[in-house]
Order: sequence, then structure tokens, then C-alpha cells
Amino acid sequence: MSTAMTTADLFGFALRALSGHRLRTLLSLLGMAIGVAAVITLTALGEGARRYVVDQFANIGSNLLIVVPGKTETTGIPGVGAAANDLTLEDSRAIERGVPEAEKLAPFVIGTESVAHGGRRRQVAVVGSTRELLEVRKLALARGEFLPAEELRRGRPVVVLGVKVARELFPGEEPVGQVVRIGGWRMRVIGILAPKGVQLGADMDETAVVSVATGMRMFDRRSLFRIMIQVREGADLEAAKAKVVRLLAERHGEEDVTVLTQDSVVATFSQILGALTLALGAIAAISLSVAGIGIMNVMLVSVSERTREVGLLRALGVRRGQVLAVFLTESALLSAAGGLLGLAAGWGAVRILIRVFPALPASPPVWAVVAALVLSLGVGLFFGWLPARRAARLDPVAALAGR
Amino acid sequence: MIRLEGISRTYQLGGQPVHALENVSEHIRPGEHVAIMGPSGSGKSTLLNVLGCLDRPDAGQYWLDGREVGTLSDEELTAVRRDLIGFVFQSFHLIPRLTAAENVELPMVFAGLPRADRRRKVEAALAAVDLSGRMDHRPDQLSGGERQRVALARSTVMGPRVLLADEPTGNLDTTSGRQILELLDRMNEEGITLVVVTHDPSVARRADRVIVLVDGRVARRLAGSEVMGTADLFAPLEAGTPP
Repeated sequence: MSTAMTTADLFGFALRALSGHRLRTLLSLLGMAIGVAAVITLTALGEGARRYVVDQFANIGSNLLIVVPGKTETTGIPGVGAAANDLTLEDSRAIERGVPEAEKLAPFVIGTESVAHGGRRRQVAVVGSTRELLEVRKLALARGEFLPAEELRRGRPVVVLGVKVARELFPGEEPVGQVVRIGGWRMRVIGILAPKGVQLGADMDETAVVSVATGMRMFDRRSLFRIMIQVREGADLEAAKAKVVRLLAERHGEEDVTVLTQDSVVATFSQILGALTLALGAIAAISLSVAGIGIMNVMLVSVSERTREVGLLRALGVRRGQVLAVFLTESALLSAAGGLLGLAAGWGAVRILIRVFPALPASPPVWAVVAALVLSLGVGLFFGWLPARRAARLDPVAALAGR
Repeated sequence: MIRLEGISRTYQLGGQPVHALENVSEHIRPGEHVAIMGPSGSGKSTLLNVLGCLDRPDAGQYWLDGREVGTLSDEELTAVRRDLIGFVFQSFHLIPRLTAAENVELPMVFAGLPRADRRRKVEAALAAVDLSGRMDHRPDQLSGGERQRVALARSTVMGPRVLLADEPTGNLDTTSGRQILELLDRMNEEGITLVVVTHDPSVARRADRVIVLVDGRVARRLAGSEVMGTADLFAPLEAGTPP
């Protein structure tokens, strides 16, 4: 005679037991579902933020070196270390001459200044750079021209306006050819940037671009903010980076600049936001363990209510191990069903998130979905163990009497 | 079928030892119908639990179907209950969420019998207790007598050699009770060894043999037909009187 109960029968028996207490079953399901939904939604949010940032970087080209004054760890966030030496226009020119891999250089400074035309005035970010910025940052023009190719030291009084700035200062007028005042400077508008939107936290539509020499004078700076270098197609990015570092170290007498590749910046942001996602997931996972305690509670109540049933099963020749399996199956079914319900709810929540914030590519990472489901099942088994063992250890005679 | 030698069972109750069974020796032949009588607290339920391998004696030996079961592990005792013993309880012990058919099927489900076999045996067992029309009813849709008949079908569906009934008519009206007793008699006639615990003389009278327990000892043995009232039956043992 076979003594093994089939899995289907075990599940059938457990399901009958669970459906006998609909409200209680539903409530403990709900706890687990909320936990799993929280994990999925929060990690989707974190992952969305990470992808958003990575996409932003991808926007500005991949073969880019960024020279930042000051020495920091290569994977750190730039601009934190103290700058020993200025990063100058001469440095930029030296790189152009001394590093053959450097195809285009865009040295730039940045500041805030008021731009005025007629009675209208507006605070905008003013970028001082060169003609090369157009290509290095993948900008496009809506009308007119970009900054002229000229000697770095010169700096004609011309400006290229972001589309939003142009629209607000010149409503219904053609801005190109007109004159604006930027701080105390009179500048002729020679072009309008095509709409580009927010890029790396700066809204290019709300910028005014002037020549780098003008920018440095305007903000009274001796040092550049950054030099962006577009490396020739097919050239070794790391080799170019090493050359730039060596060249500037020779010029400054010490290694006092940081050269970031776009990859390292992306990697840093991605790493930080990935850690954030993990942290959000972990916090949400705490709710899973709370749900597990809920399941344990339900199962303990169930075991004490069904003491006589356990006694009967033992009298009928049901082994301790089978009693354990019955109750463990019930808690596992509870938590797994809760997990699936949570998955559906989390998916719905992410859909809503995407609808509310269309710019955010919110989507839960696969690891989070798998972890949430595995964890919910694990929690069910872990917290179901104690009640199940209690049931299995009941003395048949006492259990039959309901003791 | 059943042989007990010097069985004793002592409980600790509030720190005091209670001798539920003291030096009980008994022999029950295959197919015999035995009633165990005695006042409350006389140890008759403990004896039934020991016979049913639900409880272990502290001393003595118990042979069931030629096998000494006192030394068996919990796992082995469980298998003995499954294969050799059927229980009928005073309070039926049906699982309320399951239908009559599912309650009867239960021991076979846990024994791992194939589904088709189970179906066939459930139908036969319920037909034997005249409940073919009640298969899909849950216990709360059945009368007390019907519930006990479902329990009876469950206890015999695995084909046990011994049927142990603890006050099987205790919760039933006279008519339903008589029906149950007639079914038990019929099963006994078909060869099953039947042990019934009761304090009802009319139930004991149907047995071949009656064992009277008083204070955990066998006080009297008599034929079922000799049972009259309970007053003289349950009189305490005189010191030195051979049981």
C-alpha cells in the first residue's frame, strides 16, 4: 500500500481549510499583498530614477571626457575637492594641441545673470563656451547661428538664446538681430537654440550662451568650470584621458584636475541610485516580515481552533510529518497567493506612476520582483513553521479532547 | 487479536499520580464483541486509547494481531492505527467544512490511495450505512444519527481489523442510537473485532462479553446477557476478591 499523499491532495486539503475562513484568509493575504506591492512599487520608482539619469547622460554623447578642476576620486562626484590651480583657457588650448585624440573641445563657465530686453527681464543660466559646445552637447539651432569660430581670448558681444528665454523676452517678435542686456553687457542675439529640455539638471531652453571669454569676464572668473572634450571616433578613451591628465599635471606642476569619462559619471549616478533602489526595496521588505507575523498569527489561531481535527487526523493514522505538511502548505499557499496578489497590485501601481509621471521610466527591476515573490513564499514557510510544528507535536489523546 | 499483560497507565494530575489503569490483563479474540463498562474516571477511555495505540502504557505488554506494539515508535504506531484500527467517537469528530463523502475519504487521502479507488470505496462505505443520498451534504446539514453513520463509514473504509467505539450512542436519541448499534452488530458479524466503551447497560447487553473497570482495575467479567443494572456492577472491589 502506498503511504505517500499526493501533492494535489495536500493542496486540495489545504485549500479547503483556507476557504473555510474567508475573511481571515483574505486579511492575511492582504498583508502579504501590500508588502509585495510596496517592494515592487518602491523599487520601480528607484529604478525609474536611475534610468532617467542614465538616459540623460546618454543624451550628451558617449565619447566624452570632462575635465574638472580639483582632485577627487575618479568615481566620486566632481567638484568636491579643493582646486589648487585654475583650469584656464591656455590649458584648453594646450590639450587641443597636445592630445591628438581630442577632436573638439568645449571649455565653459556657467553663472546666473539677468537678461533684459525692453521692459522684460529674466534670470537665466548663462553659459560661456565656444562654437564646439554645439556639437559636444548635441545641441541644435532653431534659427540663426551659433557662436562664431574665433580666438578663445576674444569674445564678440553676441548671444544665443534658449527657446524659452527667447519666447519670453520677445513675444511675437523676431529675436535674431536684436540686442539684449545681460548684466551690464549689451549683446546681439545671433541665434535661438532648438528645444532640448532638461539635460543634466540644466534646462537648455532657459539658458543664454555667450562666448567663453565674455562669460569669464562677465562672472569675473579666472578658472573654467569644465572642459568638455569630444574624443575622436574609434580612439581609446582611457588613453586620451591619461594624456590629458599627464599634460595638465606637467603644466600645473601637480596632478590637480579630475578627468571623468562619461561612463564613470553614469556609473557613479547609477551606483548611487541603484543603492537607493536597494534601500527602498529593503525598507519595503520589512513590511513583508510584518505580513509574515500576520500569517503566523492566523496559523496559530487556526491550529488552536483545529486541535480536535489534528487529534482526529492522528487517530486516523495520519503521521506527524503529514500534519506538519498540511499546515505548512496552508501558510505557503497564503503567502504565495498574497505575493501574486501583491504583484498584480504593484504592477497596477507602477502603471499609475507612469501615467502620472510620464518622464520617469518607472519599472521594477527583475531582481526585485523575483526577490519579493521568493521572500513572500519564504516568509510564509518561515512563519508557518512554528504553528505547523505545534500542530504536529500535539498529543493525539489530548488533541481529540480539544486540549 | 488483542492480548494485554499487566497494563498500567499513570497520569500526573496537579502533581498527584492518578492510576488510570492498574495491572490490566485481557484477551480479546478475533471477531469478538466486547463492551467495557465502568463509572466515570474508572479508566475505560484510557483503556480504549491504549487499545487504539493513541496512548502508551507505562508498564505491561500489548500484542495486537500477533505483534507487540508497546515498543513501536510513534511513526509505527501511526501506521498500526491507519491499517488495523477504526475509531468511532461520541462526538462524531467530523470535519465541518468537508462533505460526508470527503470526510469518509479522508483516511484514504492521507494514506495515499489512488483517486479512483477512493471514490469507489467511499460510495461502498456510505451505501453500507444507508447514506448514498447524502454524499455531498456537510455535517451541519445532517442529523446526529446521520453524522455518526458518516463517522462509522469513515472508521471502516480502510478495512480495519478492530473497531473501537467510545460511547457511540452517547449523543444520540434512542432511534438513531439503535440504528448505530445495529450497524455495529452487522460489521461485527462480518468479522470485525468490536470494542465498545459505554455506561449504558442496554448497549453492553449486545456484547459477547463485558469487562467492568473500577478504579483502573478489572472488577468483573460477565457475559453481555448477564448485564442488568449498573449499581451492583460498579461496586468497588473488595480487598482480596479475585477479579
